[in-house]
Amino acid sequence: MNRREFLRATGGFAAGIGALIAVEPASATPAAMQDAIRQVVGSARVSAGRVKLDLPPLSENGNAVPLTVSVESAMTQADHVKAIHVFNEKNPQPDVVSFHLGPRAGRATVSTRIRLADTQTVVAIAELSDGSFWSARAAVVVTLAACLEDA
Amino acid sequence: MRRSWPAALVLALAASAFAGEIPQAERRSGYDFMSRQTRAMQDDDPTNPGMLWVLEGETLWKQKPAAGRACADCHGDARTSMKGVAARHPSFDRAKKRPVSLEQRINACRVGRQQAASMPHESRELLALTAYVARQSRGLPIETAVDEPVRPFLDAGRAIWERRQGQLNLSCSQCHDDLWGKQLAGNVIPQAHPTGYPLYRLEWQSLGSLERRLRNCLVGMRAEPYPYGAPEMVDLSLFLMWRARGMTLESPAVRP
Amino acid sequence: MASALINVPERAKRGEVVEIKTLVSHVMETGYRRTQLGAPIPRDIVRRFVCTYNGTEVFRAELHPAIAANPFIAFSTVAVESGTLTFQWTGDNGFSVTESARITVE
Repeated sequence: MNRREFLRATGGFAAGIGALIAVEPASATPAAMQDAIRQVVGSARVSAGRVKLDLPPLSENGNAVPLTVSVESAMTQADHVKAIHVFNEKNPQPDVVSFHLGPRAGRATVSTRIRLADTQTVVAIAELSDGSFWSARAAVVVTLAACLEDA
Repeated sequence: MRRSWPAALVLALAASAFAGEIPQAERRSGYDFMSRQTRAMQDDDPTNPGMLWVLEGETLWKQKPAAGRACADCHGDARTSMKGVAARHPSFDRAKKRPVSLEQRINACRVGRQQAASMPHESRELLALTAYVARQSRGLPIETAVDEPVRPFLDAGRAIWERRQGQLNLSCSQCHDDLWGKQLAGNVIPQAHPTGYPLYRLEWQSLGSLERRLRNCLVGMRAEPYPYGAPEMVDLSLFLMWRARGMTLESPAVRP
Repeated sequence: MASALINVPERAKRGEVVEIKTLVSHVMETGYRRTQLGAPIPRDIVRRFVCTYNGTEVFRAELHPAIAANPFIAFSTVAVESGTLTFQWTGDNGFSVTESARITVE
């Protein structure tokens, strides 16, 4: 399907997600993740940029994949990151975690460890105090332990 | 060319006599085969999940069981009294006339000197105490004493290491001596040195013992896994620690 | 295992951004696994993590089953004044763990 057909098919989502789809029409993100993102951003536009999502491109074990997300922001009362939401494509649920920050954070950098059920793309969306939304995505290849075991 | 031929022959014979054994200088811990991120998880105590068990062990060390004494009552501060202990286990137990693992040693104290029940294998309490004791040897070289009483058990352990077993008819040595560094289903084959036990394995999402890992390996090879605490298990553990002699203990380590 | 492990610098300069690392012991059962006999294992996760600084919330996280077992969360806060940082984890089945640490700000 070409880009025009794709955008028409995703209908309302296209207007909501805006740049997110327009930037990468070829990798169609699954509907559940789109839905979850929409729950958070509503009808606002999401722009790619300002967010850095640090994930290993190859994970040794999907049970604990280290993740660090940081957003360029002065973190002042007037201009700060309110929240960072992380989503995934192929786990049973699209939501991973939501971090709520504010000017008291000093720096918009948070680290955690996540579970990834399969090789997939992870998306981080930052919500700024001025109401704008920014995003980044990263692809992770997930390998499993070699000798499948149960003892 | 002609003068080097006898030398080459001697080298070839020497190589076949020690077929498979990794030269001492080439031994590397599983740590070296991990990604940067997993290493970072191990290096920093605040980020190392194994520390949750070490802290619990510190509490148990000072806690009196119902009827008897606390570990601390006899052994005092573990930081001094337990230093080097994990690096020297399995070690020979004169009463049992055979080597015992650190877990068995702890349980023997629990039952014999603390009037408490034996802690089950892989139980939270046993893992916590073992992790706490092993932590006191972090940074020390592994040094398994190999004197006369221990020798037959070491040889038994080596025999298990070299024996082909299970449906796949594989020996531990084939992968871990001959093929380390190569890939198996997307993961690098390590040399299999027990440099960080008990360790937090991402696959288990928990801390676990060397014996748990060995059982996993055996099941993976489609061979019969020895029961926890079995003589074969301790003999193999002894051999592995001897094979890793001189390498630094990292407990509690993190591994994928 | 110990319920939680927190790492907070003991002292900081006023206005300095300090990094805080936390680990809480929890299996984070996803609710998608089954026993050997096929029975579903119910979800059991930490759902919320809150950090307060002398009573004011400075950081909050809402966790889902995709957070790895023994959740690790590292974040930062501005050292505004001396006092107590309190960390609370709550979740399914009434799970609740609270830890605190003092910080001296000069």
